[in-house]
Amino acid sequence: MLHNKVYPFYFILGTLILYTVFFVLPAVMGLGYAFTDWNRYSTDVNYVGLDNFRTLMSSENNYTEYARNTFVFTLCTIVLKTILGLAFALLLHNGVKHLRSLYRLIIFLPAVLPMVVVGIIFHSVLNPRRGLLNESLRAAGLSGWTQQWLTNPKIALLSIIGVDTWKGAGYIMVILLAGLQTIPTEYYEAAQIDGANALARLRHLTIPLLRPALIVATVLNILYGLKIFDVVYVLTNGGPGYSTEVLYTAIFKEFSKGRYGVGTALSSLLFIVMVFIGYFVIRLMEQGRTND
Amino acid sequence: MTKDRSFTARAGFRLGHLPIAKKVGQQGFNHLLAILICLVMYAPVHLVVVNSLKDRTDARSMSIEHPTTLHWENYSTVIGRGKLEQAFLNSMLYSSGATLLATTLAAMAAYVMSRNKTRLNRFLYFFIIMGIAMPINFFTLTKVMQMTHLINTQIGIIILYAATQLPFNTLLIYGFVETLPRELDEAAIVDGAGPLRLFFRLIFPLLTPVLATAALLSFLDVWNNFIFPLYYLNDTSKWPMPLAVYNFFGQFESYWNLVSADIVLTVLPVIAIYLLGQRFIVSGMTAGAVKG
Repeated sequence: MLHNKVYPFYFILGTLILYTVFFVLPAVMGLGYAFTDWNRYSTDVNYVGLDNFRTLMSSENNYTEYARNTFVFTLCTIVLKTILGLAFALLLHNGVKHLRSLYRLIIFLPAVLPMVVVGIIFHSVLNPRRGLLNESLRAAGLSGWTQQWLTNPKIALLSIIGVDTWKGAGYIMVILLAGLQTIPTEYYEAAQIDGANALARLRHLTIPLLRPALIVATVLNILYGLKIFDVVYVLTNGGPGYSTEVLYTAIFKEFSKGRYGVGTALSSLLFIVMVFIGYFVIRLMEQGRTND
Repeated sequence: MTKDRSFTARAGFRLGHLPIAKKVGQQGFNHLLAILICLVMYAPVHLVVVNSLKDRTDARSMSIEHPTTLHWENYSTVIGRGKLEQAFLNSMLYSSGATLLATTLAAMAAYVMSRNKTRLNRFLYFFIIMGIAMPINFFTLTKVMQMTHLINTQIGIIILYAATQLPFNTLLIYGFVETLPRELDEAAIVDGAGPLRLFFRLIFPLLTPVLATAALLSFLDVWNNFIFPLYYLNDTSKWPMPLAVYNFFGQFESYWNLVSADIVLTVLPVIAIYLLGQRFIVSGMTAGAVKG
């Protein structure tokens, strides 16, 4: 057909081949290797059934705890980033007349910085003795609030959540700002005439109309949270003990130890979960596009 | 006209029926709040800038105070000791190479899949953008890298980075191609231009805004990436900036002035790109989240 001549298939091939070889092929191979004793120290790879999955589930290996940390991290960062992102977006959209783009520029800045650098900076900021955070608390007369931010096992994960929220809230703000700009201003005029107060307008008008943006922001946050690695690696590397160990830092440790079979089993579980979520988010994005 | 209307509506939403004095007070309070948020976002960046110019003893406490004398020599010291020239060139090579590859290939694929919506192409589009959610299996990817002889090579890391950028770039560009009128292609076909000439002479220039967005986001993402070189580049001479700065931090943890200077040099290109391409970056990061 004429179409195939003007829009030839080979245009797709470059993308298709790179993507298939470096993304899909490893994922599919993983589904097979997850059932083997593959490791660095032996060239033999033997089928071991569900052994790797038993290792992952067994209590002496702490994997359930790493999964729990990852879950806590994901849930907390979603809630914090969404609340702060929404508050910032409303403030910039409705609250100020001037300097809006300057504020947005600065609040979004942390989102473009490399996570490694953010981790190193917060190493210093969270230093218990002379870090900026404890120093500021002392200066404000709140010495009782100072903490061993990264070395107290009860607090370390919360500190990491705080750092990640600092970095990511601006991103969510930008998404929600774009969402707010699509809401026709006439709606607010009407609500105004009906005598709805600010809180009622937020609950019954802004949030329902922002729903698509909020859902996509949440799903992006879920995918990001489950894959979290660098902020944990740089700030605590899973410590103290295993109190901040997440799935991807555990995977890196399996990699370093050469226990490829167990690591692959874990990666494959994550693959299945995320493809499931991914299917959902892509459907959502496509839906938004066709409705437009 | 529309601007005027939205202004009154926004003012109404914001201020309701408050008297003038109260309105001015509310604006002032909102600005204060916005400035406070900006300070929290900017403070850690400011912290490394001022400390990069102190001597070792003054920088040890990493306080926000300004340096008494400016120690510009920290920068030359860190460039020499941190092997930053090499790392900078590596980062440039990886980021530009992967960006060029991922943007061009994605544009070609997105164009054909969007214009020629056969059942196969629609499936392939969906298949490719699923990569946005897919996690990487680092174990089996190692195997693929070994099989293709790309492990621990610079070309290998460029291809790997390009592959990670392809799904999102394809999504982004596909959405933009949808908005271009088909009549353009038809006119060129009548002129007898082949598909490659049609695409690169006629379509490519029209895609400039979305290509800029895709390229800037890819560049930043690759520049900031830490995990691939951590897994796949053993050779320090091939390390990019984030890995070099992390390694430097490990070696010179007590020299916060040097670590700060290293951080400034690592994020300088990122901030320059962010300031110059802000409009494109924000539009790309919100694409998909709000309509498409």
